[in-house]
Amino acid sequence: MWIIKRDLLLAIRRQSDVLTTLFFFVIVVSLFPLSVGPEMNMLRAMAPGVVWVAALLASMLSLNRMFSNDYIDGTLEQMLLSPQSLSLLVLGKAFAHWLVTGIPLVIMAPILGIQYDLPAEALLVLTITLLLGTPVLSLIGAIGAALTLGLRGGSVLVSLLVLPLYIPVLIFGAGAVEANMAGIGFDAHLSLLGAFLLASLALAPWATASSLRVSLE
Amino acid sequence: MLQGINLACVRGDRELFKDVSFSLETGSLMQVRGPNGSGKTSLLRMLCGLSSPAAGEIRWHGETIHPLNENYFSAMTYIGHLSGTKDDLTVIENLRISSALSGYEISENQASEALENLGLGGREQLSVKVLSQGQRRRVGLARLLTCKTSLWILDEPLVALDAMAVKFIQGLLERHLQQDGMVVMTTHQEIDIGAASIVQLQLA
Amino acid sequence: MTINWFKYSSPASFYSLAGKMIPIFTIAAVVSLVAGLYVGFFVAPTDFQQGEAYRIIFIHVPAAWMSMFLYVVMAFWAGIGLAFNTRLSSMFATAIAPTGAMFTFIALWTGALWGKPMWGTWWVWDARLTSELILLFLYIGFMSLQAAIDDPRRADKAGAIIALVGVVNIPIIYFSVQWWNTLHQGASVSINQAPSMASTMLLGMMIMVFSSWMYSIAIILKRTRVIIIERESHTAWVAELQKKEFIR
Repeated sequence: MWIIKRDLLLAIRRQSDVLTTLFFFVIVVSLFPLSVGPEMNMLRAMAPGVVWVAALLASMLSLNRMFSNDYIDGTLEQMLLSPQSLSLLVLGKAFAHWLVTGIPLVIMAPILGIQYDLPAEALLVLTITLLLGTPVLSLIGAIGAALTLGLRGGSVLVSLLVLPLYIPVLIFGAGAVEANMAGIGFDAHLSLLGAFLLASLALAPWATASSLRVSLE
Repeated sequence: MLQGINLACVRGDRELFKDVSFSLETGSLMQVRGPNGSGKTSLLRMLCGLSSPAAGEIRWHGETIHPLNENYFSAMTYIGHLSGTKDDLTVIENLRISSALSGYEISENQASEALENLGLGGREQLSVKVLSQGQRRRVGLARLLTCKTSLWILDEPLVALDAMAVKFIQGLLERHLQQDGMVVMTTHQEIDIGAASIVQLQLA
Repeated sequence: MTINWFKYSSPASFYSLAGKMIPIFTIAAVVSLVAGLYVGFFVAPTDFQQGEAYRIIFIHVPAAWMSMFLYVVMAFWAGIGLAFNTRLSSMFATAIAPTGAMFTFIALWTGALWGKPMWGTWWVWDARLTSELILLFLYIGFMSLQAAIDDPRRADKAGAIIALVGVVNIPIIYFSVQWWNTLHQGASVSINQAPSMASTMLLGMMIMVFSSWMYSIAIILKRTRVIIIERESHTAWVAELQKKEFIR
């Protein structure tokens, strides 16, 4: 797919964008011990939630870039006029966005988990949930990014639109890690996250494509 | 054949134009004229299917364009105000990627040849952000050399181009029309094209 | 007698029809509000478990119901507007949003008032209250998106998409919150569990629900009229209307 290749190439040419998101994630997670104190038991209990909320915010922060640059230079217009299916192009773009922002978060998360003294197994569960959950964030986020294209204060608006929709992913993502730490099974959580992923793969590109058509009219 | 029937355009609560009708045969060019703000760009965006008319309909070979989008898009090339190039990509990457996204992949050689023709030879590997306005415009227009579509919709294609390039583009349009292509364009310049028929569409 | 309903789908004729209907719904709303409050606060018996505090449910429950219904109704009209490009249905959706948000807010507020005597705290992360809070976020998202877009056609369509995405997500969110709540051992008594509904309680509740509907319809029609005037200000019929009103 040319669109994935293109977006990755652009990301490589502008590495600073990718790194900013990643460091944002690291800083937010590191702020919590500073604000609530370094008591290890409490930190361990908080860790899944903190890492997940930070991942949500970091991935949301980068949403605006998904379409706005292409919108400004006119390449988005050209994509809309492409004989290829727009939903498929959107899917490609969301996938590239996930490779560029989601994957670094997934890789970084266990390291941050160690800061919070999570046991090894919980670290593994955390990584798996992020691996399943972050693509959902990119897919749902694409809808918000497409709707707010070119609007005043678009980046704040996108958070209002998208964050409530992220809640189920947050609940089950952080929930799986907590369940693991409490010694209960977390299979159900993972299958639900998987179900969210499939549902958003099926529906979000289509909703995003219609949003783009609306925004560019 | 491209037809517009009683088209109307509303921006905010202002009506830009209404009851605009035309019919464009193969091998002919339509020049859309009118003062600034008369809705030229809006009309072109409507014709290429980016926006829908407030009233009226657009037909391509007798069928309304909205339901048959994908067929229509593969027969049409639109070059708008914006150059449609990415600053961070090189000239040749831009051309190859934008062609591929429009549904036709081209080889490195085809791309260089097209760029050569537009006077961008030797600059293929430069990143677009170092180019001048006119050169960027040429990168965008290079798509006309590689695409195989029959309908071209061009919004001010001659703006920012030097005399040589203007001449080249006019020659290109002439050849396209001779091969039974169709062109809809806006320009403030006088166009000097030996086409069989040039239709003028005046917006108030 | 047959009524030509399509006639009323044009903003101009809807405007005058709505003008005639608003007083009817307003009167119905006020009368039933007084009746409902009277039944709820004076006739209905004191609950043996929750004491007098339970009486807030006569406001809370209808508000919570309305907040959810209205979101679905809003998404429905927005969707119709998107699919068939009917301006009036989109205006309807825009008019519904603030009323829906207001009911959501009332439901949250009364929930907190009830929570203080029952739970000893203003706010408990009870599944229903939490869902209601998220619903408020969804309403706010819809309204701020529409407010940020200048072109009304784009605002209608963008709003419709986010409303539909929201409507698909509400069951998922509700279910997730429910799950999350049972997992974390939430509050044991929930506000909507009036243990044994005496028939007068039920009567009071139903009257209040009716009143909420009447109020919603009246205010939504009123707001739709305002939106119509705003959007159609360049048309001939509005200009004529203005002249008439001015002379009067």
